[in-house]
Amino acid sequence: MLLRYRGGAGMLAWAFHRIAGVALWLFILLHILDIWLAAANPALYDEVLTIYASLPGRIGEALLGAALLYHALNGLRIIALDFWPRLTRYHLRLWYACWIVFFLVGIPGAYLIVAPALGLPGLKG
Amino acid sequence: MAVITRAGRGRPRSGGFELAVWYLIRLTGVALFVLALSHFSITHFVSDPAEQTSQWIFDERWGGLLWRTLDWLMLQMVVFHAFLGMRTVLQDYMRGGARTAALMTLYLLGFLVFVMGTVAVMSMPIGLVR
Repeated sequence: MLLRYRGGAGMLAWAFHRIAGVALWLFILLHILDIWLAAANPALYDEVLTIYASLPGRIGEALLGAALLYHALNGLRIIALDFWPRLTRYHLRLWYACWIVFFLVGIPGAYLIVAPALGLPGLKG
Repeated sequence: MAVITRAGRGRPRSGGFELAVWYLIRLTGVALFVLALSHFSITHFVSDPAEQTSQWIFDERWGGLLWRTLDWLMLQMVVFHAFLGMRTVLQDYMRGGARTAALMTLYLLGFLVFVMGTVAVMSMPIGLVR
């Protein structure tokens, strides 16, 4: 769909927003289950936690953070355009601005999340 | 000159419930921009998943009423935003009886998520975890 339909940047912005949104919805189901375990079965929760802290878990969290950050930034752009329609003239520039913030925040963020599992220096030394 | 925005879903002209959903998605979206991003930053940059045992949640994360209240507020925003968003997605791709069944399942799941989250944030009493 993404390759064949020549909808341009606006269509891509929409597709990424929707894919990220569904992914975040799926994670919420998992996240409510795990936090419910913290109260209902603390020992089992602590076991699940070791998966979150492992390398595959951390790569997943970096991807989760990417989905969250894109959905959040593009979501603000959508809201801004909805309530100030005159901004529509700059919608493409706003989308590129989203990507600049996304990479400026996302690359160091992803590094900090994954670093502990690789023994690299991070926030906790 | 009226500029028609096509950034997201057009504002429903019918008014009523659909218009309320349209506004709620945006309102909760702004709230979650702050709540969800700060939550992710706290759990990954201020703290680290390796130290977030159930003991840590009880001692630090949910040690005070303020954090539990804020997290419960975030839960309500998330349930609204995520499940109304999924409602839009399902309505875009499904028709007829399958759509009704999928939506009913979605609402049931949303209610379950809200109850489980509420139980978690409210029921973890002092002394449950050693």
